[in-house]
Amino acid sequence: MFGSLDWSTLQQLWWLIATLVGSLFVFLTFVQGGQTLLLTLSLSEDEKVLVVNSLGRKWELTFTTLVMFGGALFAAFPLFYATSFGGAYWVWILILFTFIIQAVSYEYRRKPDNFLGKGVYDAFLFINGSVGILLIGAAVGTFFTGSNFTLNDYNLVFWDHPLRGLEAAFSFFNLSFGLFLVFLARTLGALYLANNLGHETLVAKLKNSSFNNLLCALPFLLYVLIRLVMMDGYAVNPVDGTVAMEANKYLHNLLQMPLNLILLLVGLVLVVLGVALNRFTASVRGIWPSGLGTVLTCLAIFFMAGYNNTAFYPSKIDLGSSLTIYNASSSHYTLTIMSYVALLVPFVLGYISWFWRQMDSKKLTLEELNADKKSY
Amino acid sequence: MIEQIDLTMVNWARATFALTAMYHWIFVPLTLGLSFICAFFESIYVKTGDEQWKKLTRFWMTLFGINFAIGVATGIILEFEFGTNWSNYSWMVGDIFGVPLAIEGLLAFFLEATFFAVMFFGWNRVSKGAHLFSTWMVAIGSNLSAVWILVANGWMQYPVGMKFNPDLARFEMVDFLAIATSPVAISHFVHVTSAAFLYASLFVVAVSSWYLLKKRHLQFAKRSLTVACTFGLLASLFVAFTGDEHAFHAADVQPMKLAAMEGLYQGEAPTGLVAVGLMNFSKKPGDDQDPFIFEVKIPMALSLLANRDIDSFVPGIDDLVYGNPEKNIMGVEEKMVRGKLAVAGLGEYKAAKKTGDDLAAGKALTLFEKNSDYLGYGYLDYAEQAVPYVPLIFYSFRVMVSLGTFFIFLFLVYLYFLYKDQLEKQALLLKLGAFSFFLGLIAHEAGWIVTEVGRQPWAIQDLLPVSVARSNLDAGTVEVTFFMFLILFTALLIAELKIMTKQISIGPEGD
Repeated sequence: MFGSLDWSTLQQLWWLIATLVGSLFVFLTFVQGGQTLLLTLSLSEDEKVLVVNSLGRKWELTFTTLVMFGGALFAAFPLFYATSFGGAYWVWILILFTFIIQAVSYEYRRKPDNFLGKGVYDAFLFINGSVGILLIGAAVGTFFTGSNFTLNDYNLVFWDHPLRGLEAAFSFFNLSFGLFLVFLARTLGALYLANNLGHETLVAKLKNSSFNNLLCALPFLLYVLIRLVMMDGYAVNPVDGTVAMEANKYLHNLLQMPLNLILLLVGLVLVVLGVALNRFTASVRGIWPSGLGTVLTCLAIFFMAGYNNTAFYPSKIDLGSSLTIYNASSSHYTLTIMSYVALLVPFVLGYISWFWRQMDSKKLTLEELNADKKSY
Repeated sequence: MIEQIDLTMVNWARATFALTAMYHWIFVPLTLGLSFICAFFESIYVKTGDEQWKKLTRFWMTLFGINFAIGVATGIILEFEFGTNWSNYSWMVGDIFGVPLAIEGLLAFFLEATFFAVMFFGWNRVSKGAHLFSTWMVAIGSNLSAVWILVANGWMQYPVGMKFNPDLARFEMVDFLAIATSPVAISHFVHVTSAAFLYASLFVVAVSSWYLLKKRHLQFAKRSLTVACTFGLLASLFVAFTGDEHAFHAADVQPMKLAAMEGLYQGEAPTGLVAVGLMNFSKKPGDDQDPFIFEVKIPMALSLLANRDIDSFVPGIDDLVYGNPEKNIMGVEEKMVRGKLAVAGLGEYKAAKKTGDDLAAGKALTLFEKNSDYLGYGYLDYAEQAVPYVPLIFYSFRVMVSLGTFFIFLFLVYLYFLYKDQLEKQALLLKLGAFSFFLGLIAHEAGWIVTEVGRQPWAIQDLLPVSVARSNLDAGTVEVTFFMFLILFTALLIAELKIMTKQISIGPEGD
């Protein structure tokens, strides 16, 4: 079935699959956003317990989706994996650090004799939700602004900046991208928690918080979008594969792929709609339209970066070293095998959704948590 | 291929991998085995409806959760470390190696992540049956993840199912089934997972023995021990059987590793197995020194282990390094000559392709393909580089095997006294049982040292040495990261140990 597809179709399919995983990850960063709300929203101890326990039932799914995103990129675009991780070393190591400290924090924060103290574990959660997401945003920003690397004849990477990837965070565009993701995660976190918790005053706070955080996210989003349509982009010549700068490349991508433009607009409208639903009506279900909107928006951004003859991981210092979905991908055979494996994705999504519904059909309340000594 | 080989950086990268993998492995086998033990306990609870079994299940699940969190924390870095510290490797074999990692994520990690939350927080939110199903899914998910990561590791030890693409300078997959069903990968998986079941059983033995010594939770401890010792005994017998199979494969595909495990320098037929030996640390390949100051050999045993034939020849390190024409063994020096021809052929091919000289490219490609089986040897500077550090492997192997044998007897003795209902009177045995969990950890780490140090200098056996597999980073960068991980992981380990011991001392009544 997949074996008969030509290589470029498989490469395009795998850009779709890998970025779908990435977009789902961004939706699931409601966990990280929620973690930052713990410190910045003035919450009583009871309210904090509710927030932590609600997020604590989902953090691993977000974590796993990040690992899956890495795994999918490794399998489908190994040259990107090697170039970015081996090159932009420090940015990835720091991102990983924030996820390592997150992984123990839920389980350990309230356990007796936990060595570091509850405050440190809460700080770990905050660092993961803020620094971790900011750096991920900055790293994704380089899909448009480019990085400082060259590849030799054997496709081995040489990075040409002493900060090894951290320099990405010093570009205003990348920084804005990162801050947009941080505030989007906080918006989603507040929306998710409002839907999951059975606690009237806390839910009211969260409904306000999602609106306020969206307002904070908007300037960064607008800056990113305006810059995106105005900036020069890394265009690939479809005939010989060479990369050259093209004025307004990403604007062209939107216009030449009208479906992508629609995806972006629908995505953004849905994000706003979800927040408005929570802020201006009695509903607490805004997470669903906003979550779907987040996935669609992210997909549209990833498609702008990788489709329509665009280099998705460009090199600023050597255009010829830029990575495209064609020159960075696995072989036809490997992509075919992986496509068969990907047939299981709907099944995986199916059981996740089914058990998610089972677990979240009742609101989480203090009574339940107090009765359970195993709560976080 | 890489102009400047910086050995210091390679060594820091190796140290970082060893550090992160060894920390990770403190927790992983406990997750693999304890998940099944929890599933056994909960199955008994669901079948009998006895609330005591539920209490027992929840207690062991609490300890499982504490261990699981730090296992996840120390695990994420390993997947990405291939990219950060071994990026040349990631590019050169990513077409093959990325696949099992991605499958691991999709098939295993999502099972764990989804059902872990149900297992811990779903007691009152899903039906009894759905909860039991979730607990089993966590056990199956964890062990499925072991399948795929060990397929990946097995492939590094015995690369099959691929060919080299000279245009892209990378290996590409041509036969997925050959990789997924490689006999080395399968024997690796069954050996490692059964050893994990053994390790988790030792954990239950240790905690329960401590309760018996303290005269606390007696019935709880004995129930736990009955399940864990039965599981542990079966696992330890299986470990011995699969270990033998594993060594048999090593003899076939990694003869240098087997020779190092045995401290065997001069091959002979038949070959005895050194049961106990004191190594001569100044022994070097090719010199006349005796490798042992003192040794006790079991005659013909190594021939039997390696070739299933008591009279057969087993090559030693010197045969493999300097060659043995009589036995038709090509030495490393000759392999290096061929490997260098392969490297040169590849370079000429790339250069000819650049200038569009198809004739020269064709000739260079022929030269490369004729010698490509020895590609990795082309990057070695001298023949003895192909020999791993023998004493470490020799002793690690013996530590692993003797502890593995000891565990069989330990479980047998425990089961005997449980059957006689006299276990709580055996204070010395209980103390030994409580201590044995740490011996289990030592056996596991020793096993990985044999596997991973034993295959040095190769990242991919015979094809890619670690010095070429590395990223282009300076040594200082990797050194800083090494210490960052050392400090962080040590702090987390201390936290985990304190929390774990506190929960054990609180005991099941705290539930």
